[in-house]
Amino acid sequence: MALEYNKKVMQYFLNPKNVGEIKNPDGVGKVGNLTCGDVMWLFVKIEKDKIKDIKFKTLGCAAAIATSSIITELAKGKTIKDALKLSNKDVVKALGSLPVIKHHCSLLAEEALCEAIYDYLRKKKRPIPKFLEKKHQKIKKAGNVCK
Amino acid sequence: MEKIYLDYSATTPMAKEVVKAMEPYFSEKYGNPSSLHALGKEAKDALEKARSSLAKSLNAKSVEIIFTGCGTESNNLAIKGVAFANRDKGNHIITSNIEHPAVLNPCRWLEKQGFKVTYLDVNKEGLVNPKDVEKAITKDTILVTIMHVNNEIGTIQPLAEIGKICKKKKVYFHTDAVQGFGKLPIDVKKMNIDLLSASAHKILGPKGVGLLYVNHNVKIEPIQHGGGHESGLRSGTENVAGAVGFAKAIEIAKDMKKEMEREKKLRDKLINSLLKIEGSRLNGSRTERLANNVNVSFKGVEGEALLIRLSQERLQVSTGSACSSKSLEPSHVLTAIGLTPVLAHGSLRITLGRYTTEEHINHAINVIPKVINSLRKISPF
Repeated sequence: MALEYNKKVMQYFLNPKNVGEIKNPDGVGKVGNLTCGDVMWLFVKIEKDKIKDIKFKTLGCAAAIATSSIITELAKGKTIKDALKLSNKDVVKALGSLPVIKHHCSLLAEEALCEAIYDYLRKKKRPIPKFLEKKHQKIKKAGNVCK
Repeated sequence: MEKIYLDYSATTPMAKEVVKAMEPYFSEKYGNPSSLHALGKEAKDALEKARSSLAKSLNAKSVEIIFTGCGTESNNLAIKGVAFANRDKGNHIITSNIEHPAVLNPCRWLEKQGFKVTYLDVNKEGLVNPKDVEKAITKDTILVTIMHVNNEIGTIQPLAEIGKICKKKKVYFHTDAVQGFGKLPIDVKKMNIDLLSASAHKILGPKGVGLLYVNHNVKIEPIQHGGGHESGLRSGTENVAGAVGFAKAIEIAKDMKKEMEREKKLRDKLINSLLKIEGSRLNGSRTERLANNVNVSFKGVEGEALLIRLSQERLQVSTGSACSSKSLEPSHVLTAIGLTPVLAHGSLRITLGRYTTEEHINHAINVIPKVINSLRKISPF
């Protein structure tokens, strides 16, 4: 089943964009856990409420690396408000398709972005939208359960 | 670009000689061995000749070899067949927790039918302790089933010692020898093995044919009923071409000692090189290990990602990572030998075979560290 990935997923897995860490990031989102085999870290730099720079580091399968990579591209340049609207469906759509068993990787990407923005808002002591607070709590709670 | 196949424990290419030996039985020699005419006799003779060669390779009698469709079927027949035929004697079966699913799942199914199963733990190298087998045997025990060589980590079990215990305790001993048959010498009489499963496609033979050796004293029932083929134990028109191919494959395997020495040198070269990579560890035993098996875990790398990147570099290998499995569970074998999920996710299995060359191994040695480094650059750990 390993090679059921489409060309675009393979392209993003083999040549991922925006790999690395940002020095002094404005926000960091860390999701997944080692037991499950997928860990995703997203770093964001935010200027005038826009995502100016975004980078990732991921330990995981080809799908986890591809979804990490594409979410950085989808989020870059977007306002915080618009970035928070990005869902795992957008991630799958941008990649064309993902094997059903790998859909949890797209969710991981969505959650990593939310967590990075949450981290930014929290550090800046800015109000956190209710839905984001709820989502953050949910992600934190589910953190040790493999999807 | 030519692919470099290093996944021989999954399956092997067929030897040209095997294909050639089988060909007539698809075309001009197409008879049904059950038919009484000349074409039928021709097929029957070929089938029996194949049976005889395979029996000899195990030091068994021809009548003790039952052809099946695959190793999984052989295991099912052995375990369920013995269990149901010996219900009057007891309902207890002993196995290990690192068996192939083709043994574990028939055992689990039998538990639902009222049988009791003991799953023995193995040590950190993946070895079953024969003393544990002896201790687990009760008056209700009817069958011990322990694999010959583990398919993931290549650990070779002490079959002769376990066989001795089973003989002493008058309990049937079955072994799933799918990985070891044709690679290590097996003498079912000397090793006190009552039932043994083997498969052709692991030793340059065709897919779709396996065998079960059943000692003539074993009480066993068929699980597939029909026209009474294969001494009534496996009904269904025989796969003549498959049997002929299987026999040819075991003929090729006659020089196994020399071949295993050759593979062992290549394997050790590869293991020694991979263990130089930081954050790596060998899974399984260094000494009690099949000559073709390498299983190494790397920290900070996930197996499926590693596999696909290696495939881009022509290498065809395997992993015990959950992300590569349909169930998203890490390998039960790696978990049983005490690996943390993290290390199980980062495992790589490389299995050598008859057509593996030094160039192939050098390519692996050259490519694997590069790919690991590139993935570690993406990884937060």
